[in-house]
Amino acid sequence: MPTEHVFPEAGAKAAAAAQEFEGEKMSLSMGPSHPSTHGVLRLQMEIDGEVLTKAEPILGYLHRGDEKIAENMTYNQFVPYTDRLDYLAPLANNVAYAIAVEKLANLEIPPRCQAIRVICCELARISSHLMGLGAYGIDVGAWTVFLYSFTEREKLYRLFEELTGARFTTSYTRIGGVSRDVPEGWTDRVNAFCDQFLPILEEILRLLTRNKIFTDRTVDIGVISKDDAVAYGLTGPNLRGSGVALDLRKDKPYSGYEQYEFDVPVGTKGDCYDRYLVRGEEMRQSVRIIKQAVAKFPGGDWYAKDAKKIFAPPKDKVLSSMEELIHNFMIVTEGPLIPPGEVYFEAENPKGILGFYIVSKGGGVPWRLKIRSPSFCNLSILPKVCVGAMISDVVSILGSFDFVMGECDR
Amino acid sequence: MPTATAPADVSAALQAKFPQISPRPSSDHPAFNVPATDALAVLKALRDEFGFDFLMDITAVDWAEGASPRFTVVWHLHSSSSHGYIRIAAACESDIEPSMPSAVGLWPGANWHERETWDLLGIRFTGHPDLRRILMWEGYPYHPLRKEFPLAGIETELHDPEVAAETGAKAIAAPMAGGPFVASPGEINPSDAEPRAKDESWNERREKPAEPSA
Repeated sequence: MPTEHVFPEAGAKAAAAAQEFEGEKMSLSMGPSHPSTHGVLRLQMEIDGEVLTKAEPILGYLHRGDEKIAENMTYNQFVPYTDRLDYLAPLANNVAYAIAVEKLANLEIPPRCQAIRVICCELARISSHLMGLGAYGIDVGAWTVFLYSFTEREKLYRLFEELTGARFTTSYTRIGGVSRDVPEGWTDRVNAFCDQFLPILEEILRLLTRNKIFTDRTVDIGVISKDDAVAYGLTGPNLRGSGVALDLRKDKPYSGYEQYEFDVPVGTKGDCYDRYLVRGEEMRQSVRIIKQAVAKFPGGDWYAKDAKKIFAPPKDKVLSSMEELIHNFMIVTEGPLIPPGEVYFEAENPKGILGFYIVSKGGGVPWRLKIRSPSFCNLSILPKVCVGAMISDVVSILGSFDFVMGECDR
Repeated sequence: MPTATAPADVSAALQAKFPQISPRPSSDHPAFNVPATDALAVLKALRDEFGFDFLMDITAVDWAEGASPRFTVVWHLHSSSSHGYIRIAAACESDIEPSMPSAVGLWPGANWHERETWDLLGIRFTGHPDLRRILMWEGYPYHPLRKEFPLAGIETELHDPEVAAETGAKAIAAPMAGGPFVASPGEINPSDAEPRAKDESWNERREKPAEPSA
């Protein structure tokens, strides 16, 4: 039975109300402490009914002045600060930063150290994407994914802890190497993790990929065209979701990535669903890389032995040799001896391309260190993408961007 | 989007097209010093003719008070076809009120980078559609990445006058003792190289000077 016959007054009232507010816009602030903003992003929205007419991201709630701090400390002292950029993949940040400084110092890194770093980066990628996926599931109403992905992350954290001594803020790399060699049997455990992870990953993805509710919330939502993605400097899965196959691991390999076989997944439409699919596939590819790296894990040095004025010698040598003691003292007090110059290095991090621009005037402290963070650039397209979307779509779009405010605000 | 591919020797071709630019010392990618007035023309040519389709980063370097030119704006471009990078640097003409033409017309992604550079280093990008602060709050009186700005920060009003009036609180400078561990390189005396030696004017035990140095 049509409603107007039952409640004629209510229907008329609603129609009058709708007319009265027609075209009237409301301003709504979402965040900075809103669960779906993944941290302290604040969106100042202007809405017409349920549809956004304007969205302005407001940043800076997590601004700690990392670049200023970097100018005031030695290169190695800054490593822990890089943990706190993309804190869901601290190992990848450590590696990107170390390689940037090593480029400046023109350091050759031994293959074993490079392989360790590749394994670290890819484990970090899996960990970060698992978190992104789990949180995205919650954003659009699928709790189970989160429980599965967090179980897997816990296993990864155990591997991280064994390798670095910390679960979360790893601070693993040093300029010229890593803080310690891999523990005995660690690579086997990494391999074992990969073996059991693949079927679970399929299970996790099966929860979403053909899930009607999930596809309804993501397909054709938040579409970013190829041109827009390039013009706004999007990187990582967000760029590849739009169909641009830019992956620095392939295009400009660093740390020995050229030795490994892997594919770069790209999307076709550039909607939220494509970005999700790209992340899912990237985890499979990461497992592929890790398995290759473990299979041909090289022996030899795990730090640049020749770089005596850059890499602090191992503790046992410091305690037994005069020369090493002096080097250790100089590196700790004055910092590693880095020649003057300018360098810009970018690494393909889980969230996108993380770049470090370092200006050195020589000595142990950078004159200027600029962090080009992927989340910052990725979010800059939000005002364009969100206009015309419904409020519930905004949650879906934000989740699909998989950003981290730690690196956005720095 | 432009589909031009980069010529084999970008540096030579670019210098042939723009004789007014000069190579810049660099430890990695090709780099050029460009006059501020030509910066946009060079960036546009790089995008449209040399295949540098990605604007990766815009930032600036403060060469400290007294240096002239004091501020240099730096662009990093990446080419998705040749997978190369190029660095373009332009010195700001004024050391007091530095400015630079905005690249938002070329890449919309430049918007936030330029806002950040204005916010932290105080370089005005002329022609920017919406040059507001982005990390610090609007109305913040300093540009923190300038070299004269102390690491500890400077006491300022809170950004919300209502909250400030209600609580009487201010954004205060960080106590350096117990703050970030900062060593002064080149100091021979270890006690001078200690972290808290950086800002010795005050700490938990010693009173803070009445007038913070700006």
